[in-house]
Amino acid sequence: MSAATVITRERALYLLGEMLRIRQFEDRCAQLYGEGRIRGFLHLYNGEEAVAVGAMQALEPGDAVVSTYRDHGHALARGLGMNPVMAELYGRRTGCSRGRGGSMHLFDAARRFYGGNGIVGGGLPLAVGLALAEKYRGTQALCACFFGEGAVAEGAFHESMNLAALWHLPVLFLCENNLYAMGTALALSEAQTEVHRKAAAYGMPGESVDGMDVLAVEAATRRAAARARAGEGPMLLEFRTYRFRGHSMFDAQLYRDKAEVEEWQKHGPIIGFTARMKTAGLLTEDDYQRLLATAIAEVEASVKFSEASPWEPVEDLLRYVCAEPEPA
Amino acid sequence: MPVDFRLPALGADMESATLVEWRIRPGDRVRRGDVVGAVETDKGVIDIEAFDEGVVRELVVAPGTRVAVGAVLARFEGAGTREAAPPAAPAPAAPPSAQPAATAAAPVAAPAGPVPLKGAGRRRVSPAARARASQLGVTLEALEGTGPDGAISLADVEQAAAKLPAPAGGHSMQEAIAAAMSRSKREIPHYYLSLTADFGQAAAWLEAYNARVPVTGRLLYAALVLRAVARAAHEIEGFNGHFVDGSFRPGAAVHLGVAIALRGGGLVAPAILDAESKPLAALMADFRDLAMRARAGRLRAREFAAPTITVTSLGEIGVDTVFPVIHPPQVAMVGVGSLVRRPWVIGDTVVARPVLTLSLAGDHRVTDGRRGAQFLDRIRALIEDPEAS
Amino acid sequence: MSSTTITYREAVREGLREALRADPRTFLMGEDVGHYGGCFAVSKGLLAEFGGERIRDTPLSEATFVGAGIGAALGGVRPIVEIMTSNFSLLALDQIVNTAATLCHMSGGQFPVPLVIRIATGVGRQLAAQHSHSFEGWYAHVPGMRIVTPATVDDARGMLAPALASPDPVLIFEAISLYNMEGELTPGAASGDLDHARVMRPGRSLTMVTYSASLWRGLEAATTLASEGIEAEVIDLRTLRPLDTATILASVQRTHRLLVVDEGWRSGGISAEILARVAEQGFYDLDAPPARVCTEEVPIPYPRHLEEAALPNAARIVLAARELAGHAR
Repeated sequence: MSAATVITRERALYLLGEMLRIRQFEDRCAQLYGEGRIRGFLHLYNGEEAVAVGAMQALEPGDAVVSTYRDHGHALARGLGMNPVMAELYGRRTGCSRGRGGSMHLFDAARRFYGGNGIVGGGLPLAVGLALAEKYRGTQALCACFFGEGAVAEGAFHESMNLAALWHLPVLFLCENNLYAMGTALALSEAQTEVHRKAAAYGMPGESVDGMDVLAVEAATRRAAARARAGEGPMLLEFRTYRFRGHSMFDAQLYRDKAEVEEWQKHGPIIGFTARMKTAGLLTEDDYQRLLATAIAEVEASVKFSEASPWEPVEDLLRYVCAEPEPA
Repeated sequence: MPVDFRLPALGADMESATLVEWRIRPGDRVRRGDVVGAVETDKGVIDIEAFDEGVVRELVVAPGTRVAVGAVLARFEGAGTREAAPPAAPAPAAPPSAQPAATAAAPVAAPAGPVPLKGAGRRRVSPAARARASQLGVTLEALEGTGPDGAISLADVEQAAAKLPAPAGGHSMQEAIAAAMSRSKREIPHYYLSLTADFGQAAAWLEAYNARVPVTGRLLYAALVLRAVARAAHEIEGFNGHFVDGSFRPGAAVHLGVAIALRGGGLVAPAILDAESKPLAALMADFRDLAMRARAGRLRAREFAAPTITVTSLGEIGVDTVFPVIHPPQVAMVGVGSLVRRPWVIGDTVVARPVLTLSLAGDHRVTDGRRGAQFLDRIRALIEDPEAS
Repeated sequence: MSSTTITYREAVREGLREALRADPRTFLMGEDVGHYGGCFAVSKGLLAEFGGERIRDTPLSEATFVGAGIGAALGGVRPIVEIMTSNFSLLALDQIVNTAATLCHMSGGQFPVPLVIRIATGVGRQLAAQHSHSFEGWYAHVPGMRIVTPATVDDARGMLAPALASPDPVLIFEAISLYNMEGELTPGAASGDLDHARVMRPGRSLTMVTYSASLWRGLEAATTLASEGIEAEVIDLRTLRPLDTATILASVQRTHRLLVVDEGWRSGGISAEILARVAEQGFYDLDAPPARVCTEEVPIPYPRHLEEAALPNAARIVLAARELAGHAR
């Protein structure tokens, strides 16, 4: 638990609002999926909002962001509009990836949001390269790489940690440890379950952070970003968090107890932050309701937008495979 | 206002589930996010939640029942914190129908093959050889191929063409025609029949039709004749097909060869494919197209290879009756003379009437005069009454 | 200007040198490219000339340094990633197929990947099964990438620049067995284009389509065949994706006979794709069933005589061509 933090009311409202936007969006997605309006795979971020929102506070527009298949929260917190994100889930042409990618493949060039990746651990090498480019160009920009604790089992995690440390690259390795990689508890797949300790093997600092506390997440990420921008190299942050919904929609959650879920929900990021801010006199129940209503309205507007958006015509099927069309 | 609570799709390939239990009863107040029941799926028992506020009015499905995704499980009465969702369709709003997209890939050449002949023994002929054989008027049936298993190649065809009795020299069209016609007269026992058809009704019908359509869609009388021949050839056996290896193989479709004179001399007889099922306008269009391409030298190999019966007309030159020479391996050819006005008897009166003389050359190995007469007569009937066909 | 005789290896090095000099954003990254001078000595001397930032030795982390190459290309620099051999490219297959080839499409066109990957491929000398693969035909299966196969010294040198200029991923497959080959650079040759095949030897009797190391096997066979009156038209594909179908079809239209020579295995390889295209689009020009000579369906064996028997060597090509031409007799 982080020490008492000084924060303005305005800031509190902003952070809570950001988390509420994500939560309402995800809940609506669950409903839309049940109605068959969103298809394929859907991995929801409920419970982890503090990580995306807190971490993004430390990033600049010039930084690059790499995410995973559980990317709605990162995308919204990074500033992708709710309309293009929802439209992407609907598969419409107005989606942020023109409807071509769907839930796991949100992209936005203007916001340097490099997806969305269906391969566990697939984004880490990409993040290393993006940071390498910044180093070449001599900028102060960094690459924030989000990944789940399941990715630490993949070879690419170890290769990427090593290479980033070896070449002193400005990568923030941001591990969202929600304790379950799909249906496998961390203890069943990792000999060393304290993820942040793995950094030491690569000569890199690592830190464990309460992922339910948006202020703690922000503070830790700011520290890591400052290091990277100062040329001190990469860092691993392990955010201890929990997902309140299943791995994806079709998940009977046979691998964990309902009691455990309920216990974590009592200490969720929104409940926790709201209570603290109320106690600190920075927030009233009216504020909360107002922020909630605003979030719901924004979500509804995005649904309307998406329902009314056009599909890409079938004639355009073969477009966007390459930047230049193939002669053959 | 009443709200239907339906079984949600929880997975990309979930189609149905069995209701295990309800956690609500009629009269209960339900809030967003409340778990209202549980369903059993392939993956195990999964809780289902309500997304709207309301009071439970009716539990429609009883525990133990298997229902499809989208089926109504319960009904609530609710004001709702958001507009009632439009009746949630189990299927998503239809995306554009998934037709095979027009691609930028090079087009696949999709030719219709040669006439699917009935009968045994498929000869091995390379595609290039087959095309060349048609062009040169070489009959493959008579060839011995020198490739593996007797496969016939280009060289075999070219050698065979060179051996056909002809004046010295190469493979000019005239020589090829001479060779083919000589062979025809050598091998095919021709018989000849002719009759004259009253074209009056057809002429009136054509005039009325052409008045209704734009210039580009106008029919020539030839189209009526072609259709009549195609239909008759399809109905009456013995005139549509090929005589091969000592027996007649009827054609499954009528590929109607049309003799076209080329400027500067020479004659080709490429086929209108599947003529028996084409409507008049299509036959007319095909005929025009063939004539244009023939004169421009742009006919396709399969159009040469295909004819199962041929029609020839010297009408515009003023010949009354044509006595055609059958193109082997076909077994019949229909000749069409000029369309002229002649004295004609209707009832007891002599009137001037447009008439057309049709003639038939038949292969006596396949049909006889009696059958030929039926065939010609059928053509005449189809021409004289255009509406009926 | 007189022509220069150089080896294929030297030609590749020249191409690299030119690229590194022309654009400060370019750098070479791969295993042993720096201090070792390159597994096949291609980059020998470049570390001294360009320094450690431009010639980067990587750890044995194919997946990550290929992925990093993708990320760096997205980030605005111009990496040339070297994967030591196509055998080891399998360790990076996920990054190549699931990211490099697909990113542009998945992002609705926002993120094309201007990455060049050089991969040494094919048999060497008795390197046995795990070190002798030819996977360029496999990679040509995947939309979203270009696959090029330089067979001549001109192309070894000249294909790198257009590859770097392409906004899309380009995989350059250099044949291991060609590194020592000497050839004459065509004076004033423009950089090779990446779209077209080239007729290396015109002929009337049959069309021989091949690429990379097999080009030279084919040309050797063509010399033998010519003495028997069979004039093979030998085409160097140069690019497997896209395939220059037009050049192949134009040739088959003249010769009516097709023979494909491919160092990959026949089952589902690039030879199958070529035969399918000619059957689809040139069917009526064929005077004989199309033929192909590929590596026999066996992992490359270690002993020399078995290895040679497995490959599409000149002797097997001559036999196949004779049979193909013999359909006419």
